[in-house]
Amino acid sequence: MDIKYFIQPAFLLLTVTLLTPPAGRYLFRVFEGKIKIPGFIKAAETLIYRICGIRQDEEMNWKTYLWSVLAFNFAGMMLLFLLQIFQNLLPLNPQGFGSVPWDLAFNTAVSFVTNTNWQAYAGETTMSYAVQMSGLAVQNFLSAATGITVILALSRGITSRKSENLGNFWKDLVRSVLYILIPGSVIVSVLLMGQGVIQNFSQYLNVTTLEGISQTIPMGPAASQVAIKMLGTNGGGFFNSNSAHPFENPTPFSNFIEMFCILIIPAALTYAYGLKAGSKKEGWIIFGVMMFLLVSGFAVSIFSELSYNPALNTASLLEGKELRFGTVNSVLFSTITTDVSCGAVNAMHSSLSPLAGMVALVNIMLGEIIFGGVGSGLYGMLIFIFITVFIAGLMVGRTPEYLGKKIEALEIKMAIIAVLIQSAVILMFTAAASVLTQGTSSALNSGPHGFSEILYTFSSAVGNNGSAFAGLNANTVFYNILTGIAMLVGRFGVIIPVMVIAGNLGKKNISPVSAGTFRTDNYVFALLLTGVILIVGALTFFPALCLGPIAEHILMGQGVLF
Amino acid sequence: MKKKNKLISREIFLKAVTDSFVKLNPSALVKNPVMFIVEVCAVITTVIFFGGMFGGKYSGFVLQISLWLWFTVLFANFAEAVAEGRGKAQADSLRKNKKQIIAKKVMGIAMFEINADDLRKGDVVICEAGDTIPADGEIIKGIASVDESAITGESAPVIRESGGDRSAVTGGTKVLSDSIKIRIVSDPGFTFMDKIISLIEGAKRQKTPNEIALTILLAGLTVIFLLAVATLPFYYDYGMVSSGLNASQNITIPVLVALLVCLIPTTIGGLLSAIGISGMDRMIKRNVIAMSGRAIEAAGDLDVLLLDKTGTITLGNRMASGLIPLNGVDAAVLANAALLSSLSDDTPEGRSIIKYVKDNFSIKTKDIHSENATYVKFSAETRMSGINLYSDTGKHRNIRKGSLDAIERFVESAGGSVPEETYDKVKQVASEGCTPLVVAENSKVLGVIRLKDIVKGGIRDRFAHLRKMGIKTIMITGDNPVTAAAIAAEAGVDDFISEAKPEDKLVCIRSEQSKGHLVGMIGDGTNDAPALAQADVGIAMNTGTQAAREAGNMVDLDSNPTKLIEVVEVGKQLLMTRGALTTFSIANDVAKYFAILPAMFFALYVLPGHKGPLESLNIMNLGSPESAILSAVIFNALIIVMLVPLALKGVKYNPIGASAILKKNLLIYGFGGIIAPFIGIKLIDLLINFLKLV
Repeated sequence: MDIKYFIQPAFLLLTVTLLTPPAGRYLFRVFEGKIKIPGFIKAAETLIYRICGIRQDEEMNWKTYLWSVLAFNFAGMMLLFLLQIFQNLLPLNPQGFGSVPWDLAFNTAVSFVTNTNWQAYAGETTMSYAVQMSGLAVQNFLSAATGITVILALSRGITSRKSENLGNFWKDLVRSVLYILIPGSVIVSVLLMGQGVIQNFSQYLNVTTLEGISQTIPMGPAASQVAIKMLGTNGGGFFNSNSAHPFENPTPFSNFIEMFCILIIPAALTYAYGLKAGSKKEGWIIFGVMMFLLVSGFAVSIFSELSYNPALNTASLLEGKELRFGTVNSVLFSTITTDVSCGAVNAMHSSLSPLAGMVALVNIMLGEIIFGGVGSGLYGMLIFIFITVFIAGLMVGRTPEYLGKKIEALEIKMAIIAVLIQSAVILMFTAAASVLTQGTSSALNSGPHGFSEILYTFSSAVGNNGSAFAGLNANTVFYNILTGIAMLVGRFGVIIPVMVIAGNLGKKNISPVSAGTFRTDNYVFALLLTGVILIVGALTFFPALCLGPIAEHILMGQGVLF
Repeated sequence: MKKKNKLISREIFLKAVTDSFVKLNPSALVKNPVMFIVEVCAVITTVIFFGGMFGGKYSGFVLQISLWLWFTVLFANFAEAVAEGRGKAQADSLRKNKKQIIAKKVMGIAMFEINADDLRKGDVVICEAGDTIPADGEIIKGIASVDESAITGESAPVIRESGGDRSAVTGGTKVLSDSIKIRIVSDPGFTFMDKIISLIEGAKRQKTPNEIALTILLAGLTVIFLLAVATLPFYYDYGMVSSGLNASQNITIPVLVALLVCLIPTTIGGLLSAIGISGMDRMIKRNVIAMSGRAIEAAGDLDVLLLDKTGTITLGNRMASGLIPLNGVDAAVLANAALLSSLSDDTPEGRSIIKYVKDNFSIKTKDIHSENATYVKFSAETRMSGINLYSDTGKHRNIRKGSLDAIERFVESAGGSVPEETYDKVKQVASEGCTPLVVAENSKVLGVIRLKDIVKGGIRDRFAHLRKMGIKTIMITGDNPVTAAAIAAEAGVDDFISEAKPEDKLVCIRSEQSKGHLVGMIGDGTNDAPALAQADVGIAMNTGTQAAREAGNMVDLDSNPTKLIEVVEVGKQLLMTRGALTTFSIANDVAKYFAILPAMFFALYVLPGHKGPLESLNIMNLGSPESAILSAVIFNALIIVMLVPLALKGVKYNPIGASAILKKNLLIYGFGGIIAPFIGIKLIDLLINFLKLV
């Protein structure tokens, strides 16, 4: 192994770390309403409030806030479903695509509303520009903003003193979109266009290649959608091959920008959270644990990729990797996109070495908390923090408390439901798919690799990641329905308990710090949190992992590939 | 109560063994979801074993698995039974004292002898020397020495008298001398003794808030592992199809059951109720009766402690410790005046002045009695006491001693004025933490008496100890700010409230609570009752009034205010033990996976000339698949028994700060919890293979 393999990853992670404080400070000031913004954005905000009849000073309790989240997302889902069903009647459809089948439309609607962007379809052969832009791209913004609203409500619940007010959902939503996601996307789109990402409404090109064959080259407004797919940790590619497509990710610099964009908002949210909690250290400890898990996962993956492969008598396989950027950038991308619940890919995860594939799987199975989706990563991490604080708090001999808030039966009940519901769906749906013909017939490969494909599919859906292990034909009624349900449960099965916790914590008083208080801003806590995440989060899946990637890895040592 | 040094006596052990079987009753076990699942698993494997045997297929492996699963449940039951047994033994010894008592009930002027069980609230009884007090009550007339050893274990008699803060008597205690009239305050079955007995027996034990939360966590983990195990055959099925094996080679139910029982948190699940019961038990050993488990837990959370100065921080009474004459006044004159003015002062302070003068000056009391005198008694109104002497020469001597403002008024009404230096002397005495009393004769101020508050020996260390535990101490006193500050400094409390009226205690507790603190308070007087009820942990002294005892959620039978430290420690230990064993239990799973999974999966994807690929996970190199699974199950059962002493005694608590405690416990129970089963399972496996059990 060579040091040159590590310069790029180190440079990326360093850049993210350095830009976390300024970005976090910006987010914090937006949410606290302490930011000076250009007049036209402010005017747009006011206009939206007026048109929608939003009273922006109205405070919501957890129930109202939660109902707003659910109603808004349900409406978005219905709209997206109908757009697809009726796309043949709508304009901006130069290829003349027909109506999307109901199961695929359901799956896609759920997928984009839940910030999963699982794509059972190929964008360029299924969706019209109208659906891509007014349906999918819009949900790319709104699903990310929904994640932010929920973490805002939770952070207010944690930090407020005896208050039922968790803020105003509509205001949080509008601000997240107007002040963060749109400006960010504009900047990133321009940067990407500078690198050669296409942005047009042209008809697909028919060209004759050097070999003399006629080929259709899809066109479209890619840059704008790529920007938000990364920033919003959505991951739904404009084209089927996602960021492995030269029109979505043409240069090493665009590759760098895309990886940076995946990480930056979730990373900055930890800093903003630290500011909200009144101690930057609280934020940095969360950031540190996330970064540690990211780097560890990457280390295992890259080690596995670059090790000698006895079955093929070679090291560093390039099959299925992003050939233009090499193995390191493919593995780095795969680690980050699975850590961050993004799901954009620049290489096919099915082609990763078994252990690198397992890292991607584990990253998702932990519940997408290693930076995780925009907002959802942090609230998912806080769920683990509640469980850790509970166990650790008992160990120091006090009723466990987090930032002065007592963690009691209701918080633990909700936290364990959030963890349980995700594991349950992954385990049960995988079990069903691995014995039913509808499940197994879709897998491309046999043996442990085929099992990994099925396991990955449901993990990705529940984790709202959206990447696929590839190899599995997911566009069947069976998989469309099951993954659709899995995505819904993975998203709202966590949001609902989180909002209950937010409401309940808000009502509590804050206990002052004393020598007997258990601290959550030091490395002992970081260590314990990592332990709890790995043991509680991963132990559940250890048997399944044995039958998938681990078996495959050992068999590779015996010279067998799948 | 007798103190037992041995953790488990022979009779408790034998009783506990029997109870372990009684507790197998599923309707009782269902309250503990983890152990209930183990029992269900034990039933399943047992049925499978007998089914196989009648089908002509005897399996020693299945038999041993089911036996050890039964043992797992029995061991957990045993832990609970031992903890209960220790409480019951104490309750029984109390109940012996509660034999039939005859009460002398007063009705009008008549007196009837009736059975104590027929007494009702409000009845009045008379107890004379040698009588056992029939029920809890309040002395309405008289004073007596009472033997309270039945409840406190302390043989020295205590004084109980009507009025004041020492008027409560407890049923079952014995009057040693004199006669008292008592108004009964509790109905039969609800007396203090009944309460103690039922608390000790754990009959009314309710789960505490943290225990409920922990049970939810454990139930959640159990469900997760249940799903992980239940879905495993499906995954395995996929592997079998891929490996070309036939369905008969699927994982058997006893193996799945073994995996499930090993993964669910049986260690903490089995010991949880024993930990709770023994927490109550440890309180009782320290002669503190907690009215609920909730109170014990709250004690561990305390971070502010409110203490009365008098009786808690200082010895009950102030003592004269010096006389400071004004310039030009002879010390002996001042001493004489101080003595005379205190003759009618029956308070401990007054008596201490007489004693001080007698010890330090050669003045004899009989010199005084020869003169004509009228006494001015001390009253709270005048805040003075004194004497008016009429000598034969017709000369009047009006001598007074009292607080500065009272003497000021006295001197001014006699036409004099208080000299400037008096104020300096008073201020100086106050700044030393002492109470100044001014002595005057007619219109002339003679000097100042210094009354010293004696801070209890060792109290400073106790407060330092509390500080290390993260508990802030607040002293509450009626003294002026200067005096209070000096005593606060001497005793080492963190904060004080001076010139406090009784209702200030309640105000202080409320304001601390609104800042998010959990407040503990120790009190004995009737006027403490509202504050005791408001405090998160209110510890009433057993010597205190009935009102105080009912308001608090703990009663300290020894009436020792510094007992709070131990109360807090027990509370903390209780939580720490639960946390430590939960961590240990979860950490154990890692090793169990490495024992059982290779044993389950060894047949998959086998290539000719190779071992099964997943056998490489057998990093402990266990003998055979069967021995590996059995070892894990045996380890899982034995670890419960091995941790029973820890559950009963509790994890040791040292006030070294939360972070240090966490580090230590994490190392022992977290890291240790990962390592221990690797060693344990390997050793058991070696033994099984040596004995050729499977």
